[in-house]
Amino acid sequence: MRHLMSPMDFSVEELDRLLDLAQDIEQNRSRYAHVCDDKRLATLFYEPSTRTRLSFEAAMMNLGGKVLGFSTADSSSAAKGESVADTIRVVSCYADICAMRHPKEGAALVASMASSIPVINAGDGGHQHPTQTLTDLLTIRSLRGEFKGLTIGLCGDLKFGRTVHSLIEALARYEGVRFVLISPEELRIPSYIREDVLDKKHIDYTEVERLEDAIPALDILYMTRVQRERFFNEEDYVRMKDFYILDETKMLLAKKEMLVLHPLPRVNEISVEVDKDPRAAYFRQAQYGVYVRMALILTLLEINV
Amino acid sequence: MLNVGALHEGYVLDHIKAGKAMTIYHDLKLDKADYQVAIIKNARSNKMGKKDIIKVECPVDSLDLDIVGFIDHNITVNIIKDEQIVEKRELKLPKQIVNIIKCKNPRCITSIEQGLDQVFILSDPDKEIYRCKYCEEKYRGHRNK
Repeated sequence: MRHLMSPMDFSVEELDRLLDLAQDIEQNRSRYAHVCDDKRLATLFYEPSTRTRLSFEAAMMNLGGKVLGFSTADSSSAAKGESVADTIRVVSCYADICAMRHPKEGAALVASMASSIPVINAGDGGHQHPTQTLTDLLTIRSLRGEFKGLTIGLCGDLKFGRTVHSLIEALARYEGVRFVLISPEELRIPSYIREDVLDKKHIDYTEVERLEDAIPALDILYMTRVQRERFFNEEDYVRMKDFYILDETKMLLAKKEMLVLHPLPRVNEISVEVDKDPRAAYFRQAQYGVYVRMALILTLLEINV
Repeated sequence: MLNVGALHEGYVLDHIKAGKAMTIYHDLKLDKADYQVAIIKNARSNKMGKKDIIKVECPVDSLDLDIVGFIDHNITVNIIKDEQIVEKRELKLPKQIVNIIKCKNPRCITSIEQGLDQVFILSDPDKEIYRCKYCEEKYRGHRNK
């Protein structure tokens, strides 16, 4: 039995198989509509998350399965002090697979150690959020064909953004990927990503501050939100915040086939005027999130169609 | 020099940094064991100036020496049988240590679930970096406690 704690749990070959399956699901949805008719997914969400939870639930329903669970810690036995391990032992009796989101880092791992059903980490604090990375990979591969040779710009909060760290780690395993890291000095990627991933694997990357300077060379622009509370002083925040608002003017500088991705929710870092640009792929990305979760459920349940 | 009788069978942990013997005594759980133990503090040492030594009369391989390797792999472990040193064991950094150090990350699941084992994994042997098994936070304390 396998669990998914981190996107790196899968080898490149396993990841490719998963993405192949997700693409097959996209193209042949009816073939998969009843493959989980007798299966149940438990969504154990100790903190609210609208999109991730609904995406998992939609994925299981699309496969014909049923869903049960809770969406806040208040409505679970955690409020009574039950441990994660005890909760998952009980839930293992009710469901065939489980997706867990928890504010504490490592909670899903604790669950997987006690569980008799596959556990998917649906986000554990600021630590890992593997299904977001799988979503990002599927979106890029589906819309661009392959990863090889792509110049990928990551923009915004690169220091605290876990989706960015996971995506860099996952993409760094593919040949010929180049990164442009666009952030203020204060929010640059942590040294362990720079040293242990980029430098160690001799990945080509540059670090820049201005989005306008970087955007013309990009094949993919992955936007994240710069949060006011991450800055030490208001002056720096004010100086930086407009750098990272993607609008029509900046899009004029970009390649015609560049794609804009965002893990969502967006606040103001992408102007709504960009939504109608065919290069805006962030809502399609949410759709790919359902397909990749369907593929993941099938893979972990070892259901071959 | 203080004279402590020779061991028939057991361990002599030599070259312990002066003052650290009691830490190791507790980490090896010798306080809970029924073995004869001699602790020599501040013994004279040509190499170290002064050092601590622990002698334990017990069946060999009855102690988990991984923790000693974690604290200080420069400690010399002599294995005694029939009052003779039969092996000088080289200590290595253990791949995993359990319930010796605690994760200090307030966002780690171990911060709210006290019943969980505190497990650290050796993630980089060259840089001697240990990370919490659950949250992967780097252990930032001094290993030589």
